[in-house]
Amino acid sequence: MASQSNEKTEQTTRRGKPRWGRLVVWLGLVVFLIILGFGLMRTQQGPITIGEKAPDITLTTFDGQEIRMTDFPGKVVVVNFWASWCKPCEQEAADLEAAWQYFKPGGEVVFLGVAYVDTEPEARAYIEKFGISYPNGLDLGTRISQNFRISGVPETYVFDRDHVLQFVQIGPFQSLSQLKSVIDTYLAP
Amino acid sequence: MFVKHLLHILSEENRFSRMRQISHICGFLIAIMLFFVFEAGAQSPPPTPSDDEINAIASELYCPVCENVPLDVCGTQACEQWRGVIRDKLMEGWSNEEIKQYFVELYGDRVLATPPAKGFNWLVYLVPPLVILAGVYWMVQLFSRRKKTVSQSEATINLEQEEYISRLEEELKKR
Repeated sequence: MASQSNEKTEQTTRRGKPRWGRLVVWLGLVVFLIILGFGLMRTQQGPITIGEKAPDITLTTFDGQEIRMTDFPGKVVVVNFWASWCKPCEQEAADLEAAWQYFKPGGEVVFLGVAYVDTEPEARAYIEKFGISYPNGLDLGTRISQNFRISGVPETYVFDRDHVLQFVQIGPFQSLSQLKSVIDTYLAP
Repeated sequence: MFVKHLLHILSEENRFSRMRQISHICGFLIAIMLFFVFEAGAQSPPPTPSDDEINAIASELYCPVCENVPLDVCGTQACEQWRGVIRDKLMEGWSNEEIKQYFVELYGDRVLATPPAKGFNWLVYLVPPLVILAGVYWMVQLFSRRKKTVSQSEATINLEQEEYISRLEEELKKR
């Protein structure tokens, strides 16, 4: 009888150890998979969608000015992502500047240029080459592009007066008239 | 003119004082020459870093445009510009760490070949050794359990054999 009870206690302790071990291993695995899942979801999420509120971004311009989306209440905001090494960006650079010159006197539209993974000297040279005059700056730490979850350059995001995303252009605009008509749509009261 | 002046000095009677004058002039000339040598050295441009020096840093950075491609072997225009930046910074006397930090500030942690040990990045350093340790523990457990089962079954067989032998002996004794 005594030997039987001894065997039983031995068995329970023998079973108890692996149970805890297994629990910890499974728990660790589940936590790891959850983290991995969140990471994958984030990467597969794609760019911000129409109807979403504008991300709270801060752009440090090449002049050293700090610009936030919230600095322009009631204005239509056009955010353009570009890079000096991006050939398709050159295609729309002049149109963007022309559109800015067209809407600038009205004071109801704001253009912001974000240089994505670019080097400062090349980005400045690009701005000079195309005579771009609206605020531009480097995407420091790729924080802005991560907030917008961009997939490449060029990409342009048009926010209405309430700073709700209304239009996304993946790739360059085909013409100045296309760009103007998009902005005009959201300027209308 | 200068040689003529020297001969004139030497022809004078007081040679000792003349010799002192000559040594002063020579010292002055040497000082001027040294000044020009050092000035030229200070004004010369710093040596251009070799491709190996640039690639040593570039290999520790990744192209953020084309994923999973180290900067030293990346052929895009963006990467070429980046290598140009590394060259400029090396010429300015920046250290490897300073250059890497500059790239991190501009483009984020993801440009680094080895992620810094902070936040979720810890998983990269913790998970593989933990998995290995868990595997070793599991193997040890498995082998020790198997060993115990084998010894237990051997003991059962021995017990059964002993019982059989004793019974056989008893039967033999009866006869």
